[in-house]
Amino acid sequence: MAEIPDDEYILKTTSACAGCSIPLCLRYITKAAGPDTVLVIPACCTSVIQGLYPNTAVNIPVYNVAFASAAAVASGMSEAFRAAGKKTNVICFAGDGGTVDIGIQALSGALERGTDFLYVCYDNEAYSNTGMQRSGATPLGAATTTTPAGKKEFKKDLDAIVNAHNPVYMATACSAYPLDLYNKVEKALSITGPKFIHILAPCPPGWRYQSDKTISVGKLAVQSGMWVLYERENGKISLTGASKAAAKKRIPVEDYLKAQGRFKTASKEEISELQQAVENNFKRIEKEVDGTC
Amino acid sequence: MLNVGTGNKAVALAVRDAKPGVVAAYPITPQTEIVEEIANQVSSGKLGARYIPVESEHSAMAACIGVAATGTRTFTATSSHGLVYMCEMLHWAAGARLPIVMANANRALGPGWNIGAEHSDSMSMRDSGWLQVYASTVQEAYDATIIAFRIAENENVLLPVMINLDGFLLTHVTQGFETVDPSGFLPPTNTPHAIDINNPGGYGTLTANTDHYKFRHDIMVGMKNSVAVIEDAQKEFEKHFGRKYEMYEEYMTEDAEVLVIAMGTIGKEMEVAVDKLREEGVKAGSIRVRWFRPFPDLREKFEGKEIVVIDRDYSFGFGGILANELRAKTCCNPYSVIAGLGGQDVTYDDIAGFVRDRKPGEEFWFGVSE
Ligand SMILES: Cc1ncc(C[n+]2csc(CCOP(=O)(O)OP(=O)(O)O)c2C)c(N)n1
Ligand code: SF4
Repeated sequence: MAEIPDDEYILKTTSACAGCSIPLCLRYITKAAGPDTVLVIPACCTSVIQGLYPNTAVNIPVYNVAFASAAAVASGMSEAFRAAGKKTNVICFAGDGGTVDIGIQALSGALERGTDFLYVCYDNEAYSNTGMQRSGATPLGAATTTTPAGKKEFKKDLDAIVNAHNPVYMATACSAYPLDLYNKVEKALSITGPKFIHILAPCPPGWRYQSDKTISVGKLAVQSGMWVLYERENGKISLTGASKAAAKKRIPVEDYLKAQGRFKTASKEEISELQQAVENNFKRIEKEVDGTC
Repeated sequence: MLNVGTGNKAVALAVRDAKPGVVAAYPITPQTEIVEEIANQVSSGKLGARYIPVESEHSAMAACIGVAATGTRTFTATSSHGLVYMCEMLHWAAGARLPIVMANANRALGPGWNIGAEHSDSMSMRDSGWLQVYASTVQEAYDATIIAFRIAENENVLLPVMINLDGFLLTHVTQGFETVDPSGFLPPTNTPHAIDINNPGGYGTLTANTDHYKFRHDIMVGMKNSVAVIEDAQKEFEKHFGRKYEMYEEYMTEDAEVLVIAMGTIGKEMEVAVDKLREEGVKAGSIRVRWFRPFPDLREKFEGKEIVVIDRDYSFGFGGILANELRAKTCCNPYSVIAGLGGQDVTYDDIAGFVRDRKPGEEFWFGVSE
């Protein structure tokens, strides 16, 4: 494992809510990327976390852009840097809403064109910036302000959509495992072409848990198999970190759901559907790992 | 160098000659020929730029924003539904003070699907902070594109520029035109707020009500400054290449008793109408408004004259847009003619008729029987 540099690019005083996982993600991403990096950020919680003009809590250039446009702005930026003979990393850092919903067209286009950039979707499973409305990434059974009785649909399978574009590198991560995230960002940025990392990023007010539980809730997600850590290089998948153990033995999904307030309205049927989805997912991954699918 | 080609071809060659670093574009009739020609220039190595074939107009403008943010020269082209699909990013480009140059082939908006000339598309972006110029000949389309880069990139302006061409009536009309080598006329880009990793900062970060209005005021100042910058750029262009342009183009205005005003190709057609009216003894003149943003000051020109304004657009619930802007800026009481929507044919005979039948203060829809 690589040495993690002491350099800090995210100052301690961001405008994030107490216990937010986003600064943690940003901290490790920027450590892995280094100073020759531009972050492209659509409308989301991260636009707020940077702080209010004229201040900024981020010590690399951050280009804020309109909600649907991040991957396309990054395409232009990446091409322009290459045209000028610069190696600058272009990293989109976008929420799940800005990725699976409104931004999916731009993301799909950039991946298809082979844009040399890293797209990071931090997934807090809701539109948190506008006050916790459902997104396409909100899981079945989770209550949000627009699904007060719990969402009736499954989470959109973003990774399958991205994988269908055949990017050179894709991975998942979780803010509860920052070293795993650091390694994946470092690896991604060593490769030319479109790279994608999907991070589960718990949000205390949105998920309704105490702000000191961000790490433990993230760990429960991985230990229960509700979130799986893996890498996919040239199409070949491999489990990483705690998901290797979770593939063999995992805690019940209900333990993860109970740790949060947003699943209070989830029915028994929904909980068992979620459990079933986890089982199916691991079966599918196992087959893929074995190369038998 | 002498060429023969369409308005679209002229714009594409102007882009080649202006040497952008990256072009991002999405096709739409009647602009498509521009982006195809640029793609050809890039793939044949005649233009040493990168071409991003994006998946939508929203992304085309977004990609141009990304390019311009690094201080690299960029261009795109669109029309009609493409332009309004870009709307969000047009405001963003101006707000971020990025010198993007774009050609817009003026075309009607659906429904029904109509690909004919109409200014409703660009007029609906009137307040986005973009400068807008309307061309009337193939040569002018070429020249305006070259000049647009110089204006947009001027550090006292730093606002995007839209070159408007009437769909088909100019985009697809073949005329002779001369290309130039603008290297002595167009300095390299020098964007003061280009991304600099050695001097990191936040761009477009959350801005409170204590600062936001200052940025809007800055845009207003940039737009105001653009008048002198346009005039200077057009003078310099004349010095370099011999062709003269003004904020607006006058024809037989000096002794005129009635002025007919329009933009784009109708604005050129008016000159023939003026000749015809003069033969009949009507003391007519014409003014073709070229730069619609910034809007020209025509008060002196209008003094003591009757005014006929032809709009190839309409603001529902209000009236012809050019007529109303002139009314507001000059206190004139024009005869407002709505003509040419969706590519409706408007000949110089028709225009002469508008002038003959003028009723100051009234609105007339050409071709519609009440
Ligand atoms: C075109 C457009 N529609 C709606 C909004 C309002 N808006 C801003 S952020 C946001 C939700 C962002 O959600 P997500 O991408 O999941 O990021 P998060 O807020 O959770 O960090 C919405 C709906 C907007 N800025 N632009
Ligand atoms: S709402 Fe959630 S994601 Fe947004 S800043 Fe607060 S904790 Fe972070």
